Amino acid sequence: MNQESLLIGCGAGFAGDRLDAALPVVAALIASGRPACLIFETLAERTLALAQVRRRQDRDAGFYVGLEKLLAPVLRLCLEHHIPIIGNFGAANPVGAAHHVREIAKSLGCGPIRVAAVTGDDLLARIPATELLAMPFHPAANIDPQALVAANVYLGAEGIAQALAEGADVIVTGRVADPALALGPLMHHFGWHADDWDLLAAGVLAGHLLECGAQVTGGYFADPGFKDVPDLANIGYPIAEVSATGEIVIFKPAGSGGVVSELTVKEQMLYEIHDPSAYLTPDVILDLTAVEVEQIGPDRVRLCGARGAPRPPTLKGTVCFDGGWMGEGEISYAGPNCNARGLLATEVLKQRLTRLDLAVDAHFDLIGVASVFNDDLGTWMNRVAATPVPELRVRMAVSGVHRDEVERAVQEVEALYTTGPAGGGGVRTTITPLMNSTSVYVERGLLCAEVSMLEEDHA
Amino acid sequence: MNPEEIVEVPLHRVAHARTGDKGNRINVSLICYRPEAFAPVLEQITEATVAQCFGHRAPTAVRRYELPRIAACNFVIDDVLAGGVNQSLCLDRHGKGLSYLLLSMLVRVPRRCVVEL
Repeated sequence: MNQESLLIGCGAGFAGDRLDAALPVVAALIASGRPACLIFETLAERTLALAQVRRRQDRDAGFYVGLEKLLAPVLRLCLEHHIPIIGNFGAANPVGAAHHVREIAKSLGCGPIRVAAVTGDDLLARIPATELLAMPFHPAANIDPQALVAANVYLGAEGIAQALAEGADVIVTGRVADPALALGPLMHHFGWHADDWDLLAAGVLAGHLLECGAQVTGGYFADPGFKDVPDLANIGYPIAEVSATGEIVIFKPAGSGGVVSELTVKEQMLYEIHDPSAYLTPDVILDLTAVEVEQIGPDRVRLCGARGAPRPPTLKGTVCFDGGWMGEGEISYAGPNCNARGLLATEVLKQRLTRLDLAVDAHFDLIGVASVFNDDLGTWMNRVAATPVPELRVRMAVSGVHRDEVERAVQEVEALYTTGPAGGGGVRTTITPLMNSTSVYVERGLLCAEVSMLEEDHA
Repeated sequence: MNPEEIVEVPLHRVAHARTGDKGNRINVSLICYRPEAFAPVLEQITEATVAQCFGHRAPTAVRRYELPRIAACNFVIDDVLAGGVNQSLCLDRHGKGLSYLLLSMLVRVPRRCVVEL
């Protein structure tokens, strides 16, 4: 097996990420002349449920809608330079996405391409809904069978490693643990075994650092005067160089914006971690407590010391179900006494909801004074409501089971134009469906990754 | 200025932080700019004081994990997202901005631990 280190570039860290980030990463991978792959993470918990809804309406849909915009700039280059692409943009329909990748390749005039779809994460394809609904949920949830939308389990890296072993150029997955996008290629490249716990832990750490894209290279980090980041508009997305012994170096393309420092790496290392001695993934339990983080050059940080413990006996799944509707309405007040006028508007809205006797829950903010830190009861808002500001924006958010009641409530914000305090302006309202979710833990034997390779296609 | 002088400053000048969310639970990392700030931060930014700081969000549990090798700790705060990202009526449904609520806490440290503008 290979001993030469593997470079893993990341081209996207979430569904709403920049679409032009991957090209400089691919250019850097090619310039290195080293073995490399490219990963895309575009699948949040909600994203997958929404994709399931789209697929119900159209059997060919249900994968990441930005796929072509994301892949077109780099697909040809990656194929020419033997840089496999691994992405979870398959969402609710990895096979459909795989066919779409082949069409994109054809339209770009690429040569033969092997595209693999990794499936097996759909729990409802394995067990009847009634059986699923009888399982314990965390947190507990009483789900109406009619409301059930999707149940997908986080698979590990095996399917990805297998697809690479079968020669795939592009691998499209559904739900896999985000770090598995990087661990899969590492297992394949180095021949790591499924019980090389410390090595697997290093691979998961590399994947964890990469999976949010620029969040490790100075994105979501800048705090002027305290944590300065150059050229955010041109931020470089990360590349991890991982050695056969599990040492990781994080860097970014030369000439790109952003920064890779001990501070950026530490922030991302702890992102969405609970117990740092036991980060549970389908492949291994990662212990971060002995990890050393060291700046070894400009925009280059080395990590070592990840430790692994045997993987958990169960797999975690996300169960999504309809959650009714949310409505939001906002109106602005500015200038002298705007705090008092904004507060009065919230009082009027509260009284109107009571008078109309609508079955909705409501939440009020004064954007600019109390919103991000605010709470449902308005305790925070009451504490800071008199803080002087040049202008503010009243926000009401409501949720309910019935769309018409939510709409009726939000309409009251617009009515403030003629019935509310003086000088209110800029009303905006939106109504959106809510998707609830909870977690379920299933025995490993219930599911396994399945790799389907689309036949080679000579364009 | 005497670098050993004890000053009271917002945590923001001593450490940086990032929030992550899972369900109705957040974690907030807290990473000291200077390793010598770690001890006074641990002494003052405790599970109890953080629970108080987030009190209006009514946390049901606060757990602190320590990472001395990187002069950091990780707070896990339960049930402060008004139901979680999918149900919350809050403007910031992920609670992403709540790292700066933690960084608003005051801390007493030697002046040499403080980042000056």
